[in-house]
Amino acid sequence: MAVAFDEMNIPGGELRPAYQELARWLKETPPEALEYRRQEAELLFRRIGITFAVYGEAESTERLIPFDVIPRIMSGKEWALLERGLKQRVRALNMFLRDIYHGRDILRAEVVPDDLIFQNPVFRPEMNGQHVPHDVYVHIAGIDIVRVDANDFIVLEDNARTPSGVSYMLENREIMMRLFPDLFARHKVAPVERYPDELLAALRSVAPQSASGEPTVALLTPGVYNSAYYEHSFLADKLGIELVEGRDLIVKNNEVFMRTTEGMKRVDVIYRRVDDDFLDPLTFRPDSVLGVPGLMSAYAAGNITLANAVGTGIADDKAIYSYMPDIVKFYLGEEPILKNVPTWRCREPKDLAYVLDNLGDLVVKEVHGSGGYGMLIGPAATKATIEAFREKLKREPEGFIAQPTLALSTCPTCTASGLAPRHVDLRPFVLTGSKRTTIVPGGLTRVALKEGSLVVNSSQGGGTKDTWILDE
Amino acid sequence: MLSRTAENLYWLARYVERAEYLARTIDATLRVTALPAAYVGKTNEWDSALLTAGVAASFYQQYQEANETNVVDYLSFSTDNPSSIRNCIEAARLNSRSVRTALTSEMWDTINSAWIELQAVWSKGTSTREDLAKFLRFVQETSLRFDGSAYRTMLRNDAYWFSRMGVHLERADNTARILDVKYHVLLPDEEHVGGPLDFYQWSSILRSVSALTAYHWVYRETLKPWLIADLLILNDTLPRSLASCYGNLVRNLDQIGVAYGRQGPAQRHARGIRNRLEHSNMNDIFQHGVHEFIQEFIADNSRLGEIITKQYLI
Repeated sequence: MAVAFDEMNIPGGELRPAYQELARWLKETPPEALEYRRQEAELLFRRIGITFAVYGEAESTERLIPFDVIPRIMSGKEWALLERGLKQRVRALNMFLRDIYHGRDILRAEVVPDDLIFQNPVFRPEMNGQHVPHDVYVHIAGIDIVRVDANDFIVLEDNARTPSGVSYMLENREIMMRLFPDLFARHKVAPVERYPDELLAALRSVAPQSASGEPTVALLTPGVYNSAYYEHSFLADKLGIELVEGRDLIVKNNEVFMRTTEGMKRVDVIYRRVDDDFLDPLTFRPDSVLGVPGLMSAYAAGNITLANAVGTGIADDKAIYSYMPDIVKFYLGEEPILKNVPTWRCREPKDLAYVLDNLGDLVVKEVHGSGGYGMLIGPAATKATIEAFREKLKREPEGFIAQPTLALSTCPTCTASGLAPRHVDLRPFVLTGSKRTTIVPGGLTRVALKEGSLVVNSSQGGGTKDTWILDE
Repeated sequence: MLSRTAENLYWLARYVERAEYLARTIDATLRVTALPAAYVGKTNEWDSALLTAGVAASFYQQYQEANETNVVDYLSFSTDNPSSIRNCIEAARLNSRSVRTALTSEMWDTINSAWIELQAVWSKGTSTREDLAKFLRFVQETSLRFDGSAYRTMLRNDAYWFSRMGVHLERADNTARILDVKYHVLLPDEEHVGGPLDFYQWSSILRSVSALTAYHWVYRETLKPWLIADLLILNDTLPRSLASCYGNLVRNLDQIGVAYGRQGPAQRHARGIRNRLEHSNMNDIFQHGVHEFIQEFIADNSRLGEIITKQYLI
């Protein structure tokens, strides 16, 4: 694998402009001071209770995501390009979803194969012909971005269902400002704190027509045992909306109400952090206790807006992902600003053959997987793991895609042996309301803390960093 | 607000209040049992501690004898005892987590840091008297901090009132229970007018509801059983008296009634209890039987809990 692109250091000893001030500051700051503030940050996170749960671990039900105090910095110019690319991508995602559940022009034009849609378990026939306000399906998108050189941004994954992580973006900044006021004084960092306001505005703008002038928004959580529960409560708090569980809601005459101390109160928009499958036991999984019986009929009657809409999984599916450049071109007639990672679709025999021959060099992902679970990283895997994966692939090739192992860019990071480069990615959050699409400058930078590791997922031992966009 | 949120706030406050009360009870019992037998008589104080905590029956399913080790363990650390201090703190934290949006960050911080701190105590236990004393003090301080942060940081709206109702209802229950178990030592007795034995029993009662100093301020008298009963039942200047708890409960329920624009059975029931307390004097109460009075109160108080639940929380 080639040497990774480092976002601070140019080979030969020079620094990239965005990092010059940070480098100076690092030189002036003794390592003990840095270590002291690192510990302080950890204490703060634990006290605030910013924890997450790792599924499949009996012990330690609540864990902290390691936080690295060295910020990841991008210039305003870099951000401007990324922002344009993200807006373009999310527009295309929304148009694609509208098309898939209505006219299906894109299938007729044979840009995307039919069976990839209709045989896909995340395709929701219930959504066929269903109107969603302002044709917005993906109100909140988390697009995972990586860099391999100074020029390009590459989309690793589109998250169009219930992307999480934005609370870390906000809390990381809070804690950085508390611990490093001096460092902020030396930079012009674009603020991120208006995210909750933008989110609330976007959610209210897509209220159904039958809503009152002041639509009521609620956040639906699976409950305290969900791994992202902290984020749910954090966001509900910042938005000033009720944090509801399925049992707090009831559907009557195709309207959704929440049980309050003053009786039933109508809800117009649900920012749901519950997966499609669990939303309504009458429509989807009958064993779901997280959902609300009858919710889908209220949805069909147009009395409730769900954000994100039901059925958006078809747009962030990893098999669809490989078609995204064509999807952007098809709907917008523009060249995609953000690149895709070259992807082999294992469903296609030619691609499968190549993948099987090169398993040791590739990253293989489950088409419907997320959170870094169930993927193979060829260069880091043992022979036995690779062979086991080979069998899985042969048995069910359509369940997988493969990509080259990218040399993700690196950023300076605190390690046991001082500052060292570690691989990072970035998840900016793209909000779409009735009229506009907004992106708060920044996002969640995830960092693979182990030397050489490329896996940034928190469930797999990754950490986070504050992301600074310089306002030049 | 969501009924579930109100319910969580109400129970959160009850759990914290209960944890504090248990800590005080253990503390007071430790003091009495440290005295030579001549001062305290032959009653088993650990047994009464179990009775005032309302867990005697479940305790004896597990243990043969009510001694210090067993009772302290059962009331403080047992996971089998649903209202042990440990389970109260665990439940308080779980409730806080599910209603974080309704708590101020100060309140959350109090519960969460106490919970983090106490993880170590759960795993190691308290091996010495000193450890135990430290632990009991910590629990009481946590409750004070929680109460204080609620008072200083919460908006004065239904969230606050539901949480206060939890405090006062639980507090009234606790004070009434201690009276229920100890009423016999408060009965006016012609035979002896307070030997050293009674003195330590009485001061122990006052200590468990943190009213020993208050007693002297209010009555400027040596400890007299009927005055102790008066203080704990009827004196509305003492925050832990039944009268004070009901003054507050009625006020909180009224505030909710005004905010929601309607009253219900909870308001009426609470007012009924308060009126009875207001129009009683200790003479009548002793004449009709302290024990009956207290038992009736405990039943009425828990009935109010049920009515509040039905009217607002489900």
